[in-house]
Amino acid sequence: MSSKVGKISWISGPTVRAEGLEGIKMYEVVYVGYDKLIGEVIAVSGDKAVIQVYENTSGLRPGEPVYKTGEPLSVTLGPGIIGRTYDGVQRPLDIIALKVGFFVKRGVTVDPLPTDRKWFFEPKVKVGEEVVEGDILGFVQETPLIKHAIMVPIGIEGKVSYIAKEGEYYITEVIAEITKNENKYSVNLYQKWPVRRPRPYKERLEPEVPLITGQRIIDILFPIAKGGTAAIPGGFGTGKTVMLHQIAAWCDARVVIYIGCGERGNEMAEVLVKFPELTDPYSGRPLMERTILIANTSNMPISAREASIYTGISIAEYYRDMGYDVVLVADSTSRWAEALREISGRLEEMPAEEGFPPYLASRLAEFYERAGRVVTLGRDKRIGSVTVIGAVSPPGGDFSEPVTVHTLRFVRTFWGLDSALAYSRHYPAINWIISYSLYVDSIAKWWEKFIGKNWLILRRKIQEILQKEDELKEIVKLLGPEALPDNEKLILDVARMIREGFLQQNAFDPIDSYCSVEKQYKMLKLFVEFYENAKATLEKGISLTKIRSMPVIVKLMRCRYTVPNDKTEELDKLHQEIIDSFNKIISE
Amino acid sequence: MHKVTSIEYYSVRDIKGPLMIIENVSNVAYDELVEIETPTGETRLGKVLEVGFGLAIVQVFEGTTGLSPKGTKARFLGKTFELPVTEDMLGRIFDGLGKPIDGLPPPVPRDYLDINGAPINPERRDYPTNFIQTGISAIDGMNTLIRGQKLPIFSGAGLPHNMLAAQIARQATVIGQEEEFAVIFAAIGVQHDEASFFKKSLEETGAIKRSALFLNLADDPAFERIITPRIALTLAEYLAFEKDMHVLVILTDMTNYGEALREISAAREEVPGRKGYPGYLYTDLATIYERAGRIKGKKGSITQMPILTMPNDDISHPIPDLTAYITEGQIVLSRDLYRIGIYPPINVLMSLSRLMRDGIGEGKTRSDHPEVASQLYASYARAQELRALALIVGESSLTPTDLLYLRYAEVFERKFLAQSYYENRDIWKTLDLAWEVLSMLPKKASASKIIELYNSEYFLFKAFPLIITFKLCNKYLEKYAKSNGEKFEAIINSLKCLIKFLLKACSISINLKLGGNSLISFL
Repeated sequence: MSSKVGKISWISGPTVRAEGLEGIKMYEVVYVGYDKLIGEVIAVSGDKAVIQVYENTSGLRPGEPVYKTGEPLSVTLGPGIIGRTYDGVQRPLDIIALKVGFFVKRGVTVDPLPTDRKWFFEPKVKVGEEVVEGDILGFVQETPLIKHAIMVPIGIEGKVSYIAKEGEYYITEVIAEITKNENKYSVNLYQKWPVRRPRPYKERLEPEVPLITGQRIIDILFPIAKGGTAAIPGGFGTGKTVMLHQIAAWCDARVVIYIGCGERGNEMAEVLVKFPELTDPYSGRPLMERTILIANTSNMPISAREASIYTGISIAEYYRDMGYDVVLVADSTSRWAEALREISGRLEEMPAEEGFPPYLASRLAEFYERAGRVVTLGRDKRIGSVTVIGAVSPPGGDFSEPVTVHTLRFVRTFWGLDSALAYSRHYPAINWIISYSLYVDSIAKWWEKFIGKNWLILRRKIQEILQKEDELKEIVKLLGPEALPDNEKLILDVARMIREGFLQQNAFDPIDSYCSVEKQYKMLKLFVEFYENAKATLEKGISLTKIRSMPVIVKLMRCRYTVPNDKTEELDKLHQEIIDSFNKIISE
Repeated sequence: MHKVTSIEYYSVRDIKGPLMIIENVSNVAYDELVEIETPTGETRLGKVLEVGFGLAIVQVFEGTTGLSPKGTKARFLGKTFELPVTEDMLGRIFDGLGKPIDGLPPPVPRDYLDINGAPINPERRDYPTNFIQTGISAIDGMNTLIRGQKLPIFSGAGLPHNMLAAQIARQATVIGQEEEFAVIFAAIGVQHDEASFFKKSLEETGAIKRSALFLNLADDPAFERIITPRIALTLAEYLAFEKDMHVLVILTDMTNYGEALREISAAREEVPGRKGYPGYLYTDLATIYERAGRIKGKKGSITQMPILTMPNDDISHPIPDLTAYITEGQIVLSRDLYRIGIYPPINVLMSLSRLMRDGIGEGKTRSDHPEVASQLYASYARAQELRALALIVGESSLTPTDLLYLRYAEVFERKFLAQSYYENRDIWKTLDLAWEVLSMLPKKASASKIIELYNSEYFLFKAFPLIITFKLCNKYLEKYAKSNGEKFEAIINSLKCLIKFLLKACSISINLKLGGNSLISFL
């Protein structure tokens, strides 16, 4: 045993140096001090190690023991994860609260998954069947929304020599045995996976299916594909968190993982209060039945913040391997980068830009590369995806700082939030001039096949109007709006209508909060149609004032509030009304 | 759990800035409290920042001025910094480390609490939704403060942030529940005048009885500033979560706190982040600000109102910037408004209360609150755009509607924003005032309110005949003006304006209600 215990030699905040740890490995989990605080080895030299401790180190003394475990930092994967709130190292916060009260105290050890609960297991394979890694052995209905596949762990294959009968089991019970060359491997309902290693898959697929978020500016102008990556940078108060909550609530993924990484405690409280009340628009069930929360608020230990991102993405990959579309939302990756910076500073590493460690870019790349739409392991060729959406909080709203700059190199969708828009309460405050999406062309087929024709042309039209408005605004600033000819004034008018009636979306309005794809498409068409008609009417010599006073405009502007998602035929009526109104003013 | 060492060390090796390096120590814990005795018998407090075998780096709170490696004694106290707490601390005045300075004996403690606290389990937090009436229109109406929120005031040198904070401390109530707030005031490196201003304004109303003041003044040691806010919050946590009180904590000025932190970081030779502030500034500030909120199953709450002066009025300076990333919004004061004599000079467009939307509306304030707030915002934002435009192209090239917006902005600032230091407006008054100010705008901005009004049966049975009467009046007035010369023209013109406005307003509602064009053409 003596080689398994070392001694603390130096303590500086969350980083602790220890000696006498023979054979210690990088990223091995250790327990530090008499209180057995969880820590992870981040540097090794001989029998000395540097450990980042995931809990508050106040009161630790040099000389206290450090216990080796021989295991890397791992997540426990099995039924019971969905609907839970974890801290950064996968400890369920509700159980911690039961054990030590409403303040998070340290040195608490709790099981990530409930061990006292039985799950109903349905086997899918028979004794004697050959299985390979990733094959499904059976199912557990985890929540009414999620059928949890119990898979052959990575690296195991052979003949099924035992499979449990249909019935209820604890997660620790053996439900299958797989034999190969006399080696027997027992499978439980749960498995462990080291968080810093991506889970393998068979093949990567093109991201050609859009992730529908119900947010018009995203789905129409800057879409993200399932298995894609997006960054949403913005200064404080620009509505990052509301946007991420909206995506987590309404996107059409089967599993949503929300990582509150170094953010506000009250925001997590909001999610915990609101999500159980909201229903999934696709199944009508409470959202919590598909959501996993990882909460490591800004005042919780920073090393656990660093780990929370990896904990989250490992869980995401696990559900992807079952064939689900998973969305992982990280709020905010800047806080995670700051944790890296702080730990790096304590190790006295040579800093790169703004004190961030030189490996910041490669860590970000590794993280975003774990997103993707893939064919999973296993013989039935399931398709699953992990979509990663990361918030970035640039200091001073300055997009040229290192975290934003490096993140943009590795993501393919960029939703740039704009303080000026937020100050005038234009939400979502996504700036339509600087934002972009590289998925537009690859997902256009999906839209045109399932929703409506000419999606690509229509959305381009909208972008053109907005772009043109941006240019005209410069002139208006110098000369005033009256200096423009009527056709350009019309562009300003229509752009304003698009901004207020289409791009703006009220997250707190029961109808407008979520906009179905059908409604989005029809609204898109209405606005373009209106512009085309107005332009034609203007060319026929009708005055702009007449067009401006058309009562149908108010209707068009308010349709986002007035037309429910299940009554989009009202938009067809509105369409007819627009055409009629134009015909009327022409004939007058 | 651990033995308290009573060994005294004379082995101070180096003294550097606020730091002291002590050699040959044993059994010293990280974050342990240290008592330092100078050869003259004066004692100071410090804490362990880093520790290894035989070596400890200690930060001295009162500064190291006058200390010498020779003859200085250090005693490790075997515990972290703990504050003796009791309800009797209300009504008292303490220094920045929690020792009474009002000449009375120290209160008898009920408990000793670690001043670093512990993070509240996010799972146990209760989402704050109770509206606090501050009696200030710009806050109540547009940037509502919620019980359990942390809402900082971003100010600049020479702006009346202290008055505003004092006014809030005096007036804050939760409607329907006549419980008063206990006020905990932490002065972090502020001037004597500012501290005595607070003291006086609390005494004036008798609020001093339910207040505790912790004063680290400008000439007190800078390193105490790291401790002062934590002490204040430790008492706040005790009162809120053990004694079921609603506590309002005012921390002023957090910029001084950030600077003290930077000084220590520099002395430790750490790699600096932006503007020389340490990379962990965000995390460190979070350990202060996140100590606000409500807990499920507990009656009490902590509402925080930190005040900070933005160096050079720069909101992107690291301290305000990182603060706003942690707090639930911000109240920004504007020098321009103050210059034209508006108190409180709140820049409503840059201000924000993130918790507002769940604390207002039906059953909390009034059902029209969200609507009127968003209209005030939208129209004031538009007016500001137009102001900028008018500066370049001149007012003469603006449309009449645009000019109306400019007038609106002025009235909004003078009537709605501005109020006196002693004026306590209740929320109903604030909302009525908001409608009054908005009513001067043309239809579009206030359309939805009118729609709401006229969508009722009232419109069909009463307003409709009214409109016709107005229309007739209009014609009659025109005739009257012609026959009676110019003297009445001014009055008549303004009446005509009103009629036109009403007509416009009604025509929208008709449109929306009946969807036809026939009525419009009739009117």
